[in-house]
Amino acid sequence: MNAKKKKLIISLSTYAVVIICFVILTVMINNKSISRTLKGMLIPICSWIVMAVSLNLVVGISGELSLGHAGFMSIGAFSGIIVSGWLLNGFQMADTTLRLVIALIAGGIAAGIAGTLIGIPVLRLRGDYLAIVTLAFGEIIKNVMNCVYVSVEGTGLNWGFLDANIPGKLLLNGPMGAVGVEKISTFTAGFLLVMFALFVVQNLINSRSGRAIMAARDNRIAAEAMGINITKYKMMAFVTGAVLAGMAGALYGLSMATLLPTKFSFNESINVLVFVVLGGIGNIPGSVISAAALTILPEKLRFLQNYRMLAYAVLLILVMLLSNNPLLKAMWRKLFSRKNGESGEEMRA
Amino acid sequence: MSEHKHRQQTQMVPYPSRASVPERDLGYMPVLECNHLGIEFGGLKAVDDFSVVMGRTEIGGLIGPNGAGKTTVFNLLTKVYQPTHGTMMLEGRDMGNMTTVDVSKAGIARTFQNIRLFNNMTVEENVRIGLHNEIRCGMFSGILRLPRYWKAEKEQHEKTLELLDIFDMAGMADERAGSLPYGAQRRLEIVRALATNPKLLLLDEPAAGMNPHETEELMENIMKIRDRFQIAILLIEHDMNLVMGICEDICVLNFGKIIAKGTPDEIQANPVVIEAYLGKRKEAEA
Repeated sequence: MNAKKKKLIISLSTYAVVIICFVILTVMINNKSISRTLKGMLIPICSWIVMAVSLNLVVGISGELSLGHAGFMSIGAFSGIIVSGWLLNGFQMADTTLRLVIALIAGGIAAGIAGTLIGIPVLRLRGDYLAIVTLAFGEIIKNVMNCVYVSVEGTGLNWGFLDANIPGKLLLNGPMGAVGVEKISTFTAGFLLVMFALFVVQNLINSRSGRAIMAARDNRIAAEAMGINITKYKMMAFVTGAVLAGMAGALYGLSMATLLPTKFSFNESINVLVFVVLGGIGNIPGSVISAAALTILPEKLRFLQNYRMLAYAVLLILVMLLSNNPLLKAMWRKLFSRKNGESGEEMRA
Repeated sequence: MSEHKHRQQTQMVPYPSRASVPERDLGYMPVLECNHLGIEFGGLKAVDDFSVVMGRTEIGGLIGPNGAGKTTVFNLLTKVYQPTHGTMMLEGRDMGNMTTVDVSKAGIARTFQNIRLFNNMTVEENVRIGLHNEIRCGMFSGILRLPRYWKAEKEQHEKTLELLDIFDMAGMADERAGSLPYGAQRRLEIVRALATNPKLLLLDEPAAGMNPHETEELMENIMKIRDRFQIAILLIEHDMNLVMGICEDICVLNFGKIIAKGTPDEIQANPVVIEAYLGKRKEAEA
C-alpha cells in the first residue's frame, strides 16, 4: 500500500498545486495586481506545461526520444486556427467557448493522426530511429506550413500549395502565417487543459496500459516474454503525447494575433525537451514546474536573451554529467535511504 | 498398450530411452512437442535436430556443458529466435507463425538466466505485468477510471498477493524489485512467469547463485507449483542435485545436439553423458 499511496499523494498534490496557482492568479488578475507581461504569458505557460507533460509521456515514460514535438504543436495550432476561423466566418458561430473547445479537439485529432502516421512505421524499429524521424518531421512540418494557403469562402474552405491566389478570406497566408486570428483562448481554458493533460497522463501511467508502457521501456525482452505487445504500447504513449501537444498548440495559436510557421522550429522542440530533462525524466510534476519556471525566467532575464540557448546546452550537459555521477548518486541514495528508513520505523512504531 | 497408442498420436521420434510422458499424463495431449527443431547462425548449427515431447504435468530437465545450446532452445521455444528447421506444437497448436507475444498468450512462460526484472518497479507491479493478458482493462477505462478499472485493479492486487504467497513473498509486495536480494529476485521472476497463467514454464538456471538450503526450498516449491497449477516445467540447471532430485525426464545437450534422454538414473549411468561432462579416459584415447 505504501508505494501506491505515495504515488496517489504525488498525483493529487500536483492537481492541488495547479489549482492553487490558478486561484491565486485569478484573484490577482481580478485585483489588477499582476504585471501586464506576466498576464500575457499565462496562456503560453499553460500550453508549454501541456507540451512538457505530453513530451514526458513519450520521453520519460515510454523511453523514446522525440525531437519533433513542436511539429505536433504546429499542426495543432494551425488546424485549430483554421477550424476556429472557418466556424466564425463560414457558420457565424459567435460562441467563443464552444469554438475554442471544437478548435482544441480538432487540433488534438490532427496531431494525433500525424503521430499515428509517423509511429506506425518507426515504432516497430529498435534504437534511435524515432529521434531521427521526428527531427525530420518537425522540419518538414515547418517548411510545409510555410507554403500552405487556406481561405474560407462561404461555408467552404479553399486551399492552395505555393499558390496564394485563392478566393475568400485568407486564414493561413503561407510564410506570413496566420494573420488576424481572433484571440479566443482564455486562462481558464489553459488551466483546464493543463488539468486535462495531467489527468490523462497520470491516470494512464497508473493503469494496466501505463505499466505495460514502462515495462516495454525498462526491459524489452522481458516485457515481450510477458505477452506485452511493445509496438502497441509505444504507439499508445506516442499518439497520446501527440494529441496533447496538438491541443496545446491550438490553445497557443488561438492566444496570438499572428502566428508564423517558423515559430515551431527545432529550437522549440529542444526547449520542451529541456523542460522535461530539467523537471526530471519520467517526473510529471517536475515537468509542470520546470515548464512554468523556464517560460517565466527568460522573460525576466531578457538582457541575457542572446545566451539562452548556450545556457540550455551547458545545463543539459551538466544534468547528464551530474545525474550519471556515481559519487553523487551514492550520496543521494544514502540521504534517501536514511529518510526511508526513518519513515519505515515510524510506520512500525 | 496405452503407451503404444500415445506414441502413434504424437509421432515420437525414436530415441534410445523411455519415450517421455509420465503415466499420469497419458490421457492428455502433450503440452510440448518439438520435431527436429534447429537453428543455424550463418552455418553454425547452434541447435540441431532437437526433438522432445513433454507431458501435461511433467518436470523435464535440460542439461549439458556450457555453450551446449540450452538457452538457445529456450529462445527458440519462446520465439526470441526463429527456428530455421523443424516444428513446434503447444498442446497440438502449431507454433510456426507465432511471435514471442503470441507464445506467451498461448501458454509458455519463462525466466531468464541473467535476471530480467523491471528493477525500478515494485514487486507487486512486476507481478501485475505478468498478469497483463490475464486481467485486462483497456486504455480508456484506465484513463477515465471506469468501474471496470477498479474491478481489474482489485482482482490484480488479490491475484498478485496470492501468487507471491507461494514463495512467502507477500510481505515484500511494495519493495523495489531491484533492491531485493538475489535469491528473492529469482523467485520473483518465477512468480511473474506464473502470473501469465502458463501451460509450460521454462526455468533458466533457477538455482544459480543459491545456497544449498535455498536450493532445497526451491526444489520443494517447484514440485508445489507443478502440483498446484497442474503445469509442465522444463528447467535448465547445473545443480545436479536439483536436476536428479525433481526431474522426471532429462535431456542432455552437447554442441547443440541431444546426446541422451532418459530418467535421472538412466542419465547418470549413460557413458556418453559422462564423457561429455568429464571427457574420455586416457586409456580409451590410445
